[in-house]
Amino acid sequence: MKRILIVDDAATVRLYHRTILTEQGYQVDEAMNGIEALEKLLCGAYDVLLVDVNMPKLDGYGFLREMRSNLQIHQAPAIMVSTEADQEDKEQAFAAGANDYLVKPVKPEQLLLHVRLLLGAD
Amino acid sequence: MGLIRKNSAPETPATEKRSRTRSCDSLQQQLEDASPVARRWAARDLLDCPQAVPALVARLATETDMSVREVVLTTLTRLGNEAAVNGLMACLQSQDAALRNEAIVCMQQLPQEVAPIMQQLLASPQPDLRIFAVNILESLCHPDVESWLIQVISQDEHVNVCAAALDLLAEVGTVRAQAAITQVRSRFADEPYIQFAADLAFMRVTESRSRNDKIVD
Amino acid sequence: MTKLSISEDDFEKFREFFYRKTGIHFEHSKRYFVDKRLIERIETTGYSAFREYFSFVRFQASGEELQVLTNLMTVNETYFFREDYQFHCLVRSILPEILLHHRQRDPIRIWVIPSSTGEEAYSIAMSLLECWPQISDWDVEIISSDIDTQVLHTARQGHFSARSVAQMPAMYLQKYFERQQGGYQICDALREAVEFTRVNLSDREDTRAYRNFDVIFCRNLLIYFDDVSRKAAAETFYDALKPGGFVLLGHSESMSRISALYKVRKFPDAIVYQKPREA
Repeated sequence: MKRILIVDDAATVRLYHRTILTEQGYQVDEAMNGIEALEKLLCGAYDVLLVDVNMPKLDGYGFLREMRSNLQIHQAPAIMVSTEADQEDKEQAFAAGANDYLVKPVKPEQLLLHVRLLLGAD
Repeated sequence: MGLIRKNSAPETPATEKRSRTRSCDSLQQQLEDASPVARRWAARDLLDCPQAVPALVARLATETDMSVREVVLTTLTRLGNEAAVNGLMACLQSQDAALRNEAIVCMQQLPQEVAPIMQQLLASPQPDLRIFAVNILESLCHPDVESWLIQVISQDEHVNVCAAALDLLAEVGTVRAQAAITQVRSRFADEPYIQFAADLAFMRVTESRSRNDKIVD
Repeated sequence: MTKLSISEDDFEKFREFFYRKTGIHFEHSKRYFVDKRLIERIETTGYSAFREYFSFVRFQASGEELQVLTNLMTVNETYFFREDYQFHCLVRSILPEILLHHRQRDPIRIWVIPSSTGEEAYSIAMSLLECWPQISDWDVEIISSDIDTQVLHTARQGHFSARSVAQMPAMYLQKYFERQQGGYQICDALREAVEFTRVNLSDREDTRAYRNFDVIFCRNLLIYFDDVSRKAAAETFYDALKPGGFVLLGHSESMSRISALYKVRKFPDAIVYQKPREA
C-alpha cells in the first residue's frame, strides 16, 4: 500500500486530504509542521509528500531544503500545496526540492491525478 | 577519571561580566558583532531596553543566522510594545517564508497589542496578509476572535482566506457562526474544499452554545 | 443534573488543540482517560458542557486552566530510572558520538534540569558507572539544577522512599544504597558525584554561566511553560550546549512544538535533538 504524508498546520486541510486519499486506498500519515515531518521521515518511508508552505516552526520550503540535504532521512517526491499561484512562488518551491506544485484549494480529482503521476514516475 | 564535581556553581566568564554592564547602546552595537554567540546574547539582553525595538527589527531584515533571529524574535515578543508589533507586522510582508511564519507565531502571543490592528490586517488588500491575520487569530486569546472569523467568512471574497477562517471556526466556533457558515458554503458552491470545511465546521459548532445563550437561560 | 459526555467531535477538537499547545498527542485508545479528566474539570469549574468549558480554556489569557489540564493529563512523578531508554541512548549512542569530537582533557558535561529530588541525576550517574566502560578514561560532570531549593536539599541528602527506588535494578540498590528507616540512603560516592544548583531556567542571570554542556536532560518541564517561555528555554539551551551537543526531552514532548534550532536525531533507543556541529 502506498504511503502518503500530509504536512499542513490546518487540521481541516489534513482531514480533507486524508479523506480523499484514504478513499482511494492510500495509507495516510500527518505532520503539523516541517520539523514534525522530518521526525516522521526519520522513522519511516513515504511514497509521496503533500507539503503546505506556511507553517510554524519550520515552513514548507525550509522542510524541503532540509530533507533534500539530509541523506540520512528517507526521501520522497513532494507536492507543494500553496495558496499562491504566482510563477515566482512555484520556482521557489521547485528550487527548494518540490517535484510538483498545486494551488489551494485543491479539487479531489486534481489531487489524485498529481499523486498518481508522482507515484507512476517513481 | 570518572564522575567529578567542581564544587562550585558555574561562573559567568569575566569578559561577559564586564560586558553585562554595557549600556543599551553598546548592546545594540553588539547586534552587529561577527560572532553569532555575541549577537544572541545581545539580543537576549536587549530585553531590558524597550527603546531597542527598531534596532532589533532592523536586524531581522539582514540576520541570516536562524539562531540569532529566533532570539531577536523572542525578545520582540517579550517586549511586546507597539513598536514591536509594528516591526512584526512589517515581517509579514517579507519574501522569506520562514520570517513570515516566525512573525505570525510571535504575534499570536500578543493578543492585547495585536487586537487594535486586527481589523486593519483583515482588511489588507493582499489575500496572503489576510490569511496571516486569520492564522494569528488561531492562538489569540481574545473575546472577539469568533466575531472576526464570522466577519471574514461573511465578507472576504478570497477562497483561501475563507478556508483558513473555516478551519479555525471548526475549533472555536459556536452556534453564532452557523448562518455565516451556511452562507459561505453556498457562496463557494463549486469549491469542494469549502463544502468539506463548511460541513465540518457546521457540525462542530452545532449544539455548541455560546456564553451569551447561557446568560439568557 | 444531566450527565456530561464528550462527543467524538469534542474529543477531536480538544485533541488537536491540546497537541498544538503541549505537543502531547492522545491516541484514540486514551479516549476514556482524556474524557474522564475533562469531565472532572468541567464539573469543577462549573461549566455545564464541554464546549463552554473548551472555549473558556482556549480563550483564557492567563493559560491557567490549560496548566491545570496539562498537570492532570500527565503523570509527573519522579523515580529512579524513569524513562530509562534515554539513559540507554546516552551510553549506547550519544556518548560514543560525542567522544568522536571530544578533547581528552575536557570533562564531558551533563546538565539535568529540572533536578527535582535528584532521582534522574543519580540514575544517570549509575548508568554511566555501570553501563559505560569508558568512564574510566574520561571525566564526567553532572550538574542537576532546580528552581526549588527544598527539592535540592532533599536531593543532596539522598534519602529516598521505597516507592522511588522500586523500578531500580536490584543490583544497583544493593550496590549504591543502604536500607534505612523509612527508605533508602544513597551512598556518599554518588552524592559527591553530582552537583546540585539552584537555577531559574527563565532567568537570564541564572542561566548565563551555564555553558559548554555536551548533554542536557530537560524532561517533562517545558510542557508546563507558556509558548514564549518554552521557546526562550530552547534558546537558552542552545547557548548552554557545545556545538554538536544534545537535548533530551520527556517521552511525550517534541522539539517540533518549540523550536527549529535543533536537528532531529534518531538513535535506536530514542529520538533526541542536536545543536548543529557547525553552530
